Amino acid sequence: MAQISKTDVEHVAQLARLNLTKIEEEKFTQELGEILNYIDELNELDLTKIKSVSQISGLENIVREDKITNENNREKLLTNAPSQEKGYIKVKQVFE
Amino acid sequence: MTYKTTIGLEIHVQLKTKSKMFCGCDNNAEGVQPNTLVCPVCLGLPGVLPVANKQAIGWTLKTGLALNSKIAEHSKFDRKHYFYPDLPKGYQISQYDLPFLIGGQVEIEVAGDKKIIELTRIHLEEDAGKLVHAGTDSLVDLNRAGTPLMEIVTEPCIDSPLSAKIFLQELRSIMRYLGVSSADMEKGHLRADANISVSADEKLGVPVEIKNMNSFKMVEKALLYEEKRQREVLDAGDKIAKETRGWDDAKGITYSQRSKEFAQDYRYFPEPDLPPFEPTKMFDLAKLKAEIPELPAEKRKRYQSEMGLSLQDAEVIAIDQEMANYFEKTAEIVSPKLAANWIINELKIDGLVKIKPEDLAELLKLIDSNEISGKIAKDVLPQMLETGKSATDIIAEKGLKQIGSEEEIAKIVDKIISENSEIVSSIKAGKTSAIGFLVGQVMKETKGQANPAMVNKIINEKI
Ligand SMILES: [Zn+2]
Repeated sequence: MAQISKTDVEHVAQLARLNLTKIEEEKFTQELGEILNYIDELNELDLTKIKSVSQISGLENIVREDKITNENNREKLLTNAPSQEKGYIKVKQVFE
Repeated sequence: MTYKTTIGLEIHVQLKTKSKMFCGCDNNAEGVQPNTLVCPVCLGLPGVLPVANKQAIGWTLKTGLALNSKIAEHSKFDRKHYFYPDLPKGYQISQYDLPFLIGGQVEIEVAGDKKIIELTRIHLEEDAGKLVHAGTDSLVDLNRAGTPLMEIVTEPCIDSPLSAKIFLQELRSIMRYLGVSSADMEKGHLRADANISVSADEKLGVPVEIKNMNSFKMVEKALLYEEKRQREVLDAGDKIAKETRGWDDAKGITYSQRSKEFAQDYRYFPEPDLPPFEPTKMFDLAKLKAEIPELPAEKRKRYQSEMGLSLQDAEVIAIDQEMANYFEKTAEIVSPKLAANWIINELKIDGLVKIKPEDLAELLKLIDSNEISGKIAKDVLPQMLETGKSATDIIAEKGLKQIGSEEEIAKIVDKIISENSEIVSSIKAGKTSAIGFLVGQVMKETKGQANPAMVNKIINEKI
């Protein structure tokens, strides 16, 4: 029972900015379908009486006070940037 | 054909907290070198843990209380995914199905008509960074990435471009009264996107989204242009395309922005790093509510009903908190109408800052008691600004006191009458409008220091 079409895989790949080859598209269509089938087994459980949660940590209302705790550390932090210029991170020109 | 216009707005308000939404970076990026207010959290480096800013949530709830929203019992953050170089994590922490605030209303007055603008929701999210375009590159500054951003969404219920502008101005004013944002549109503290549709019947038309409006004037101009454009499309029997259009302020037109190749799909899911919230348990809501000052809509009402101001004057004063405070202090000492008139027409921003309300009141009291004329007072005000001296001192120094006694004025009137016998006889012959000329001559003789009403009265008695 394939749960996902090749068009779905193409769409998801596009959203994730992945360029898939034809072979990869076939492969992932099948693999993702299998994963979804596996997850689908959860639907067999009766969850009508269970409250839905978005987290299972049990934590709630975790906040910090509004204080400035960080200092300028640009030089070190920008070492991760692919390219930089005058303190900016340099990227290919963006349209839109 | 008569058309019905429907506008909905989506407003983003930057909160002026000390630190960012999920990290301890300084939130005030104005005039700061690029990328100096960033850390691993707001840069989206692997393995970091965002923690929500309590003040930002508190201010959001306070805004909701001021705008009559319902505070959610359960709320959470979600990740909204898209790719853009100003979004370092590849997703924005936002709120999807459980915003902090649901519904709400803002009352505005458009040309004397009260209108209620219904809100859909208000949620909290983080701002993105800034892009600077330089030749064939784009430069990214992430100082603003992670600034707390409140998104206020209205129902599609606004009936005209003018109402949309007035609503935004009211919202800016409320944000400033609440002290949660500088709400300066030109600086991007307050940003608005609009949906506008035009239809020939009661059904909603096809909404067109408008972006890039960076001032209140631009919002009104862009919406007026778009309203007209859509009516013309319908008049020609064509259909409106559902699209996003940008506002080109230089050309004064909206233009179609290249439509996305496929529908936006943000793939929201709950932010796993931020546990959920129960806002009503986190904050003492009664205390938050008690901190809300009297807002412009209430002030407008009070200024009209209790202080006798016109709607127009009440609007001008109430929209600006500083002006309202100034007015209220001055109106404790002199009549509110006189105070309003001078604050709106004469004082200007410079005066608001440099002249104390009690000092303005001292000047106005001299007009009220007929010691000086309004004309003299208008000469005294700039001198108060310039020298910092009190009105009484300036008047004494320059001998500007109004020539007040009937006796003094009567003497001058006698002189003018004897010098203008021809005019006097024409008045006696029935040309009463010539009295104004004599009044003018007396005022000239007294260098404007006489009370014109009194001069008029005395001339009438003598002729
Ligand atoms: Zn940071």
